[in-house]
Amino acid sequence: MATHPAPDRSTGPGRSGDPDRTTTSTVTLRVNGVPRRLTLDNRTTVLDALREHLDLTGAKKGCDHGQCGACTVLVDGRRTNSCLLPAVAHDGAEITTVEGLAELVGPAEGGALHPLQQAFVDRDGFQCGYCTPGQLCSAVGAISEAAAGHPSYVTSLTAGPPGPPVPLSPDEIRERMSGNLCRCGAYPNIVGAIEDVTR
Amino acid sequence: MSTTSTPGPVRVEGREKVTGAARYAAEHTPPGTAYAWPVPATIARGRVVSVDAGRAMDEPGALAVLTHENAPRLKDVDDATLLLLQNDRVPHRGWYVALAVARSLEAARAMAAAVRVTYAAEDHDAVLAPDHPGLYVPDEANGGFPGSRERGDFDTAYERAAVRVDATYTMAGLHNHPMEPHAATARWEDDRLLAYDSSQGATTVQKTLAALFGTDKERITVVSEHVGGGFGSKGTPRPQVVLAAMAARHTGVPVKLALPRAQLAAVVGHRPPVIQRVRLGAGEDGTISALAHEVITQTSTVRQFVEQAATPSRTMYVSPHSRTTHRVVALDVPSPSWMRAPGEASGMYALECAMDELACATGVDPVELRVRNDTATEPDSGKPFSSRHLVECLREGARRFGWHERDPRPRSRAEGRHLIGTGVASSCYPVYVSASSAQARVDGDGRFSVRVNATDIGTGARTVLTQIAAEALAVPMDRVAVEIGSSALPTAPLAGGSCGTASWGWAVHKACRALGDLIGEHAGTVPAGGLTVTADTSDDIVSEPPQAKSSFGAQFAEVRVDADTGEIRVSRLLGVFATGRILNARTGRSQLVGAMVMGVGMALLESSTLDTRFGDFAERDLASYHVPACADIRDIEAHWIDEHDPHLNPMGSKGIGEIGIVGTAAAIANAVHHATGVRVRDLPLHPEKLLA
Repeated sequence: MATHPAPDRSTGPGRSGDPDRTTTSTVTLRVNGVPRRLTLDNRTTVLDALREHLDLTGAKKGCDHGQCGACTVLVDGRRTNSCLLPAVAHDGAEITTVEGLAELVGPAEGGALHPLQQAFVDRDGFQCGYCTPGQLCSAVGAISEAAAGHPSYVTSLTAGPPGPPVPLSPDEIRERMSGNLCRCGAYPNIVGAIEDVTR
Repeated sequence: MSTTSTPGPVRVEGREKVTGAARYAAEHTPPGTAYAWPVPATIARGRVVSVDAGRAMDEPGALAVLTHENAPRLKDVDDATLLLLQNDRVPHRGWYVALAVARSLEAARAMAAAVRVTYAAEDHDAVLAPDHPGLYVPDEANGGFPGSRERGDFDTAYERAAVRVDATYTMAGLHNHPMEPHAATARWEDDRLLAYDSSQGATTVQKTLAALFGTDKERITVVSEHVGGGFGSKGTPRPQVVLAAMAARHTGVPVKLALPRAQLAAVVGHRPPVIQRVRLGAGEDGTISALAHEVITQTSTVRQFVEQAATPSRTMYVSPHSRTTHRVVALDVPSPSWMRAPGEASGMYALECAMDELACATGVDPVELRVRNDTATEPDSGKPFSSRHLVECLREGARRFGWHERDPRPRSRAEGRHLIGTGVASSCYPVYVSASSAQARVDGDGRFSVRVNATDIGTGARTVLTQIAAEALAVPMDRVAVEIGSSALPTAPLAGGSCGTASWGWAVHKACRALGDLIGEHAGTVPAGGLTVTADTSDDIVSEPPQAKSSFGAQFAEVRVDADTGEIRVSRLLGVFATGRILNARTGRSQLVGAMVMGVGMALLESSTLDTRFGDFAERDLASYHVPACADIRDIEAHWIDEHDPHLNPMGSKGIGEIGIVGTAAAIANAVHHATGVRVRDLPLHPEKLLA
């Protein structure tokens, strides 16, 4: 998986020039590789910045409380619930949304899909599709974490810490994907799709 | 037998859904869009004395606070849950008493928090009890079923029965909680309304908005192109689209409203709590002579909704002497409504657990017991079933599951600290169909298009309708474009009652066949201007068919129960269904499996506790209302029997959206009894109930 260099946050977010200096800030979010300069209400989350200010509606709002995972995006390469992130605290952050997933694996010219996107289509890894962007971003993150040797609750530690990579068995996938709820119950097909890509 | 080696086409909108291009109701932002945030009542019953919006209006970007004093007046409609901000009454906690509107989402939310509402609270009653003096027998339960039915002489037959089971099953309320919260974006322009709504049927929303706002439905367009799940909770219009339209009319700008997840429990419907007493009288061989299924449930004071939980007992088994009744009481609580398989999911939990208790009491194998009580005619109506393959589902499921290896004695199998058990339950769901219209067109260049206001809430409707059209036109799928999800398209019923494919598909099939004939009349040459045919199935649908029509199935569960903690895991779940012809094995299997997953939630996890002191549900978010997560679902299979039934529709299909949740909870509860020897008659099966 692509990794991103740590952003330079030494300058901090800029105060906006408008009269109401105390309630808005100007930040630059690097979204799917493109710097996007925005003046935002300090209460605006990364999720609302994407959906309401950048018209990137791929990341979904299911609960707005970090409980469902529909808003999952990659922030500096790590999967994160974007509904819990104040945008003002993420000046300079590299954000990858479902709209930018295909470009992680190469130029998305001609409408090429990320292998996980294709696997979700082939496996019917969704029904209503509302949790799907979060599932996909979460799966990309989970695969990176396993590749980096991060254990999960079900990783056996009896022989000591696992060296990278942690093999992604179905149990490992189920555990690592349990932060992303799917009310349609597409879990078996989601696990199958991730297995197809990691096998 | 079955299961379809060709998996069926992938979803036609799959690419849009995996790239984030598919737009849902809150993902349309016309220029100048404002945002709304509702204010729920904090009392269970009473009146609004005053609403102080002063501090709220100080918020930068504030546009308006709507209350019953300044909101647009609505005309009366049947569904009183939609008569919002019309008077000072508070019928239950969570009822909306104000709506904040602002130029930004953040401002609207802050405004809603700053609105100060003063109430005159009254004593409230939110306690459902079997001896509640307000209980009454409704003329009709949901679906138009009689509230009460008697056949033969139950009391005498039950008294004389060699074996009797008398058990009462309880379950808390359940919430649909689709992943997409109920959302709408509304814009009035020149007295015309365009609303994007998260709905299971835009035609119904259009008609209802026209009635509420006293305007012609031709002046209203409702779009529900992509819908993030519904499971019944978006079946009819819900508050979001009414409030968004009111706010847009009041402010003169487009308004977007996504209901906050924490407010949903009180305002978009739920499966109500149900108390069910089932009595079975049988011979020593398990043949049922007397069956009583008596349901007690609640509704709100706003609208009567009666979960028709006793109705499966009118369909399932031989029962010469039968009593099936509903009693309901209107409490000061949120209004219940449709949740996936209303009546069947709840009712079959009780009936199928009672069947397991009868199996234990008679010593008859639970599969064999159900086979012995199979019937070719529907007991309550006396009509023959158009097709019924319950026995085949039971036998095929037993074979696939390895049922015959089972030791029937409870607590007979353990591995380490886990007690292992297996259970079975039947499934059923009625076959419904509604009249629909559809339009089929061929362009001069030979490309086909079909227009019908169907809704794809994740069922695969868009894909299956494309298949039906292609099959009727005898052309490949990629030459047919199906347009759905807008009230501007030919009128069609909502996605509910598992009858979307049958209803819309029938009209699509009819239009496409007629178009094919028309092309034939032109000797196969399509004029440059193309050809268009519109079809309507109003005259094709028989309102009182001579047959009883239903889907059937059987579900088998294996559970592992931690003997120390009582934690229950479903290690295997297998269903076999007989639901007519499956039109797309890929999406069809997803429907069945997905509903079984929801059934696991009903069995083990999901519960909406009515806090009787406050008159509202305690579980208000997805951290407290537990739906199954990925790790909860392990080995789960859905199979089907190829069923040919000429009495259905041109496709030969029955509905598949709901039957998968019917019986799951009973199969799991029966497996838990087999594993532990403990009979818990209350859902969900939380560990503490086993340890008590």
